[in-house]
Amino acid sequence: MAETTNTAYPQVLFANRKPDRIATIDDYRKNGGYEAIQKVVSTLSHKDVQKIILDSNLLGRGGAAFPAGLKLQTVADDAPFPRYIVCNADEMEPGTFKDRVLLHADPHLLIEGMLIEAYSAKAEKGIIFIRPEYENAARILEREVAIAEKAGFLGKNILGGDFSFTIDVHRSGGRYICGEVTAQLNALMGKRPNPKQPPPYPTEKGLWDLPTVLQNVETLCCMPPIIRNGAEWFRNLALTESGAGTKLYGISGRVNKPGCYELPMGVRLSEIIEKHAGGMPEGSEFKACLPGGASTRYLSRAHYDMPMDFETLKAAGHRLGTAAIMVFDQKTCMVAATLNLMAFFARESCGWCTPCREGTPYIRDLLWRIENGRGEPEFVDILKKQCKYLWNAYCAFAPGAVSPVEGLLADFEDEVWAHIHQKTCPFKASD
Amino acid sequence: MLSQQIQASKHPPELVVDVMMAVQEHYGYLSDEALEEAAAMVGMAPTKLDELATFYTFLYREPVGRYVIHLCDSVICWMDGYEPLRDHLCKKLGIQMGETTPDGLFTLLPVCCIGYCDRSPAMLINKKAYGPLTSEKIDEILETLRSEAAETTPS
Repeated sequence: MAETTNTAYPQVLFANRKPDRIATIDDYRKNGGYEAIQKVVSTLSHKDVQKIILDSNLLGRGGAAFPAGLKLQTVADDAPFPRYIVCNADEMEPGTFKDRVLLHADPHLLIEGMLIEAYSAKAEKGIIFIRPEYENAARILEREVAIAEKAGFLGKNILGGDFSFTIDVHRSGGRYICGEVTAQLNALMGKRPNPKQPPPYPTEKGLWDLPTVLQNVETLCCMPPIIRNGAEWFRNLALTESGAGTKLYGISGRVNKPGCYELPMGVRLSEIIEKHAGGMPEGSEFKACLPGGASTRYLSRAHYDMPMDFETLKAAGHRLGTAAIMVFDQKTCMVAATLNLMAFFARESCGWCTPCREGTPYIRDLLWRIENGRGEPEFVDILKKQCKYLWNAYCAFAPGAVSPVEGLLADFEDEVWAHIHQKTCPFKASD
Repeated sequence: MLSQQIQASKHPPELVVDVMMAVQEHYGYLSDEALEEAAAMVGMAPTKLDELATFYTFLYREPVGRYVIHLCDSVICWMDGYEPLRDHLCKKLGIQMGETTPDGLFTLLPVCCIGYCDRSPAMLINKKAYGPLTSEKIDEILETLRSEAAETTPS
């Protein structure tokens, strides 16, 4: 499907994106592809690479926004071998599809990104952990990895040096929790993918107790352009002082042109919706959006002009998450939308810790009753308390799960009360 | 191919999901016997495999149809018409969510966001994505699969 956009903004990750086909290794190399790894192998030490990534202020694009360079630096100098690189292509955050688009656009960008990451961590084995829904992308990656190997970019003694690196594609059996770092490592080792609280951190003891650096697809794809053009260039791509680089914004819901757009970090929400996503359909007005997947808080009308970068949203008590923007209009019932999100979390809770296993279905059931005209006034306080309790769960899943509920109670409490007082969903009644 | 990979692996359990997928592909689903067979291949206890088989969305401990339909019910697809499409599919196939048609062709299951929100409402059939869907498109897809099945099934 054509998702091209006429924009004056620089296209870095989508530089080789074609409307109807995957960029080949030749397309990629014509545009400077694999020059970064040549530069790295022939002129830079692994510490130099870490420094450049750190200076670029590249923050993890998987949702947690952890500085990528800092993560690399946590691999100790005397850490044992072999070391692993894991590329997180699990992308199961509802609303998020940017990595799918990126993998279908330019697979060699990811391969080169993994090479750079591997060089700087002194890792020799890379694994791409991919969700089963992306079987098509998994096949593309397997094919392109073999092509890169033939071309001498993967395997032993890459580009004549002493750096060796291989990549395997690992298909998941499919569960949301596998996107969480420690759960993903358990999944890769054939265990039930329960999360595990650090320490030890995966960069110290990850796969098979060996140092493992895990990064999101988009994060890794930022690395080749950073090496080619420098840290300062990358930082300057952003529109905000606090941001760095470009960002893949995936936008869906009530917009005319849902799709994935590469825009400078810090572009305003209003611009993304109106200019890039073709505005909202006739008769639709912006009511709220989830800025970065299901586990973020709603941005209401008051935030319509918000610069969309990690720091700006954080300062406002929000999270950019995966920058998967889901737009809701005035005709959408926020209780029903939140119920849908909670149903997702209740289904996907791994069930290992009690607060999350018991709390998510409890909240879902309260929302279901409210939505279906069986809400009681005391439910509002119970919901607020439950949201607080869920912050005590074992991993970050539950605090993420309650984010939309907290947002609902903060910005749309009147809608919740309207359901309770009218004993029906006001949006259904007005149909 | 897979047995070679297992032999070459320092940690065979890393291949357990692949092995279960392959065994499932062969038998149609993971029966107790199939699970034991898969467990022996990777040197793990069958209960450890059951922990995984009952956990992952794409592993089936009960028989499924030749075509497994996963209809996305997450928030964007829900907003774009999941419910009427679900009702349409149920009516068309004469089954409820979670059931298989009596001829063994189709199983209908809900699934979490499949990452096709730009083409919502969307579904997967045997891991292939379809979207944006309408009831007419669903009818066409089902028809195509029915004739594909008729052609490839020995009578």
